[in-house]
Amino acid sequence: MSRKPNAAAVQEAADEIVRFDDVSMRYGRGPEVLSGLSFALPRGSFHFITGPSGAGKSSLLKLIYLAARPSAGVVRLFGEDTGHVAHRELPRLRRRIGVVFQDLLLLDHLSAFDNAALPLRIAGHRPSEYRGDVAELLAWVGLGKRMGALPPTLAGGEKQRLAIARAVVNRPEILLADEPSGNVDHEMALRIYRLFVELNRLGTTVVIATHDQDMVARANKPVLHLEDGRLAALAPQGPAA
Amino acid sequence: MSRTPQAQTRTQARKVRAAEPPLDVAAWRPAPFLPRSDARDPALIFVIAVLCFLACLTTLFVIAGDRAAGGWAAQLTGEATVIVRASGGETPDAAAARAAEALAGVPGVAEARALEREKAYELVRPWLGDVSDLDDLPVPRLVAVTLDRETPATGEQLTGALKAQGLDAVVDDHSVWLDDIRRAAGVVRWTGAGIFLLIAVAAGAVVAFATRAGLAARRDVVEVLHLAGAEDGYIARLFQLRFAGVAAVAGAVGAAGAALLGALLRLVGGGEGISPALPIAWIDLLAVLPCPLLAAGVAAVAARLTATRLIRDL
Repeated sequence: MSRKPNAAAVQEAADEIVRFDDVSMRYGRGPEVLSGLSFALPRGSFHFITGPSGAGKSSLLKLIYLAARPSAGVVRLFGEDTGHVAHRELPRLRRRIGVVFQDLLLLDHLSAFDNAALPLRIAGHRPSEYRGDVAELLAWVGLGKRMGALPPTLAGGEKQRLAIARAVVNRPEILLADEPSGNVDHEMALRIYRLFVELNRLGTTVVIATHDQDMVARANKPVLHLEDGRLAALAPQGPAA
Repeated sequence: MSRTPQAQTRTQARKVRAAEPPLDVAAWRPAPFLPRSDARDPALIFVIAVLCFLACLTTLFVIAGDRAAGGWAAQLTGEATVIVRASGGETPDAAAARAAEALAGVPGVAEARALEREKAYELVRPWLGDVSDLDDLPVPRLVAVTLDRETPATGEQLTGALKAQGLDAVVDDHSVWLDDIRRAAGVVRWTGAGIFLLIAVAAGAVVAFATRAGLAARRDVVEVLHLAGAEDGYIARLFQLRFAGVAAVAGAVGAAGAALLGALLRLVGGGEGISPALPIAWIDLLAVLPCPLLAAGVAAVAARLTATRLIRDL
């Protein structure tokens, strides 16, 4: 006889945007880069993923933004088991995620404006619907005067902010950032962090993978610490920032 | 005093910003996700243009060959030749005249005319040489029969009419030659179709190869689009449109080249083209018009299939 989930469990699942249950991952036939991870990220929360280089921070993010699948365990995203999501259904889920990649992945032949508008074009919106929003967003991240610039002509911090603008332009439910302060100076890192806090305040769940201990210490947010692909510490869940 | 590298970089950045025109948001139009031009484009256009040129030339030659065969067949279908041998003391001229009269009454015969002895001799002179006295030579008499175009009489009907008159005659309705010409025309048509198909497959293979190279070169674009939520079909369509466009341009170049050569052959050879064997008409040149469209179609299918398969495996 099947047991009906109680109301509390259903509510808990609805409140979790990401859930890992005993998740492991390996690339091809290589060794496991993540082992037995179990945690949940509540909707609207702000988390850091920390750990030394090679600890598995980027791989963990890849599992969340559906660039990889677990070799064992269950990853639930928006309540759906990603291991059982059909290939053709992946774009639908990816449109609900914003990602700031470690190497930014800006398209060099497109202007800053075109780069920022990319997710909205893919989602099928007409230019007249989003022109104003994209311009406003670029101004908000401090690129209002560089909207026509090609990425190779942008400074490191400008590229980083452009990547953030592209990641949030379609108002994703969750924003993932992989070493967002890796290529910028301290002052720029602080400005970028404030951007994330502001986005989180507007309701976006934020997950930042970083080894910038200064930023983590100053932020006072929950931390998932990885060591050799294992969750070494899960800091107590604080209130959503 | 020389400036530091950092200062030089800052100056350079300022220059870039100063040279950068401000973006007019209201007039902004989305730029294509794939760069408008690629360093490999000229080589690809050249190869596809050559293939299209050969395909168009094949088409023109098939059309011309078909027309030549049609002309010869029409000529042979409309005529028959009857060789009459006099017998029983009847003079050759009388036998030929009687045969012509008998044949003229057969349904499907427009005209039957006995050729004079001199004309018959002219026909056999290449084999016999000059003869001083034609009376010494038993030259058979010939009857030239012009058949009705719509419902021509058959060889059997003509033979039957001659036999009914007790004439010793042989009917040549050219059916042997006609079959040969029709067979040859069929071979030309099918060979042309085969070559055309082969060229289309080659063009498809070239585009598939180019798509593979394009996807490898633009892996960054594919990855970004994928992770931003683009469907496989959306990305494949970008490559499909890109290569269809390139192939259309190449097809137009190839078709123009073939049309130019066709026009040159028509001008050099007059109404009969380069020779009576390949009579090219001005209207034949219109056959190259669908080439850009066909090239784009072949490229679109090849690029779509290749891109879809590769993107899924990325």
